[in-house]
Amino acid sequence: MRSKVVLGRLLRNKQARYGCIALILLVALAYIGPFIGAYEWTDKDFRAFLSAPSADHWWGTTSIGQDMYAVTLRGMQKSIIIGLLVALISTALAAVVGAFAGYFGGRIDRLLMWGVDLLLVLPSFLIIAIISPRLKGGSWLWFVVLLAAFAWMITSRVVRSMTLSLREREYVLAAVYMGIPRWKIIFRHILPNLSSLLIIDATLNVSGAVIGEAALSFFGFGIQPPDVSLGTLIAEGSRNATGYPWLFAFPAGLLVVLVLSINLIGDGLRDALDPGSNS
Amino acid sequence: MGRYLLRRFATNAILVMIAASLAYMLAATTMNPRGAYEGRQPPVAEAVVDATLDEYNLNDKTPVFQRYVTWASGVVTGDFGRTWNGGSVNEEMGRRIGVSLRLLFIGTVVGFVLGVGLGAYSAVRQYRFSDRLIGVGSFVIMAIPVFVLATLLAIATYSLNRGLGFTLIEYTGEYNPKLSGWDQFFNRLNHLILPTISLSLGSIAFYSRIQRNMMLDVLNQDFVRTAMAKGLRRRTALFKHALRTALIPAATYFAFAFGTMLTGATFTEKIFAWHGMGAWLVDSINQNDVNAVAAVSLFASLCVLVASFLSDLLVAALDPRVRVN
Repeated sequence: MRSKVVLGRLLRNKQARYGCIALILLVALAYIGPFIGAYEWTDKDFRAFLSAPSADHWWGTTSIGQDMYAVTLRGMQKSIIIGLLVALISTALAAVVGAFAGYFGGRIDRLLMWGVDLLLVLPSFLIIAIISPRLKGGSWLWFVVLLAAFAWMITSRVVRSMTLSLREREYVLAAVYMGIPRWKIIFRHILPNLSSLLIIDATLNVSGAVIGEAALSFFGFGIQPPDVSLGTLIAEGSRNATGYPWLFAFPAGLLVVLVLSINLIGDGLRDALDPGSNS
Repeated sequence: MGRYLLRRFATNAILVMIAASLAYMLAATTMNPRGAYEGRQPPVAEAVVDATLDEYNLNDKTPVFQRYVTWASGVVTGDFGRTWNGGSVNEEMGRRIGVSLRLLFIGTVVGFVLGVGLGAYSAVRQYRFSDRLIGVGSFVIMAIPVFVLATLLAIATYSLNRGLGFTLIEYTGEYNPKLSGWDQFFNRLNHLILPTISLSLGSIAFYSRIQRNMMLDVLNQDFVRTAMAKGLRRRTALFKHALRTALIPAATYFAFAFGTMLTGATFTEKIFAWHGMGAWLVDSINQNDVNAVAAVSLFASLCVLVASFLSDLLVAALDPRVRVN
């Protein structure tokens, strides 16, 4: 029932509606688009190096003759998957750490929050960049794990402070007196009551992760060739963006539109789920 | 109050020490400086490589902990060790630290002041055209990553300069070594324009969003109405009472936003060919330069420490409740 109300509110919000439409179109482009194009992303056209967009190669070709349309869509698929996975993992991690710290309090709380402080002292970009040489040749899923492992700290603090007030509520106390184990109370009573915050956070984490992935791949610390993501394509394109603008414009433009539409949905979700808030 | 700040400072200092040690350990275990010597033609004897690496404290045959102790005892006395090919990390850092600090300082100040200003202005003009414009603008800018923004700025300047036929705005490097005196000074300022824009636009957008929301909250509160009712002019009431209260959350976000700023500086330095600490991080990771990476990490965590200390000071200056407790 509540989900219906929230969905209604979300769709009445003009910005969120545009965001949803844009996101659906982008996902459709990424996953259906490759079937429409004439070339595979692995194909190399040896008669067309660095050719401008034309009827044959819609978005032009790269310096080794790859079809820019096919490669960009392939990169976008990877970016979307990475964004979704990282957001799911990091929000789950933030929820669990924050709720445990807030609910148990005392020594566990201090230990966990101290760990959060420690991770906030070093920018996550720096840590992942240092670890990345180890990942060369490994699966890209490791990269997802790394991105998620350093993206949950701030949310976990918010979750913790909200848990502190939730644990004094009557229904939580009732559960305690019924003898339900404390970890079960966290998953059954505390986290479901934080769901609005977590849904909003997960949505905004998707765009954060897409940017984070692209940022690391920009320096070669992320997705490794021959695989591509929007980040590697932008890095490639930005090297001679003045001479061959199509190498830069398509991946960069899609990245910005993707992030923008996710942010629009996230903001709309915040208004729909949490009308009182104003941040 | 002083004791509170002192305690915060002490805990943060311990955090920095641990963070830097962890970064060293990570770098020392994941990077392989030996690779640079192994593939050479003619081949270098293993004993020679070992001796060289030992001299630089980079030998992967020495246990990590032992290398760490050597490194840490050096750092305590102010010696950051050697780069992978024997250069002094201290010298290189001395050259680069000023470059980065200048960029970070100007970027932070411009970002904070303009962001807070725009946010407060847009709250006062709620739902007018200028408010809408600032809102949409900051929303779009927050969706553009620094490296795309910097590249776009570089392209735009390149085309502008070509259209004009002379270099109006510089887009690569930090200064022109051929100039001297005042020319040199103005040239440096010119080189600063693009990196400052690229670095601060994101934080302007970030702060303006926070500040707008906080200011809107405060504007409807009784104390602002009281201030105007007792005869203060609207401007004074807004600046002295509303803005001051609404600044507190932005000041607490300051420490957090600084970490983002450091990452942004890495991209800005790399794209505009500045030889600062951020660019050094990328280069030294690619060269498996353990001690340089550790030095940059220490620098980054120190910067975050200073930023969070400043943020504490700022909050204490703005919020009397913090000073009393």
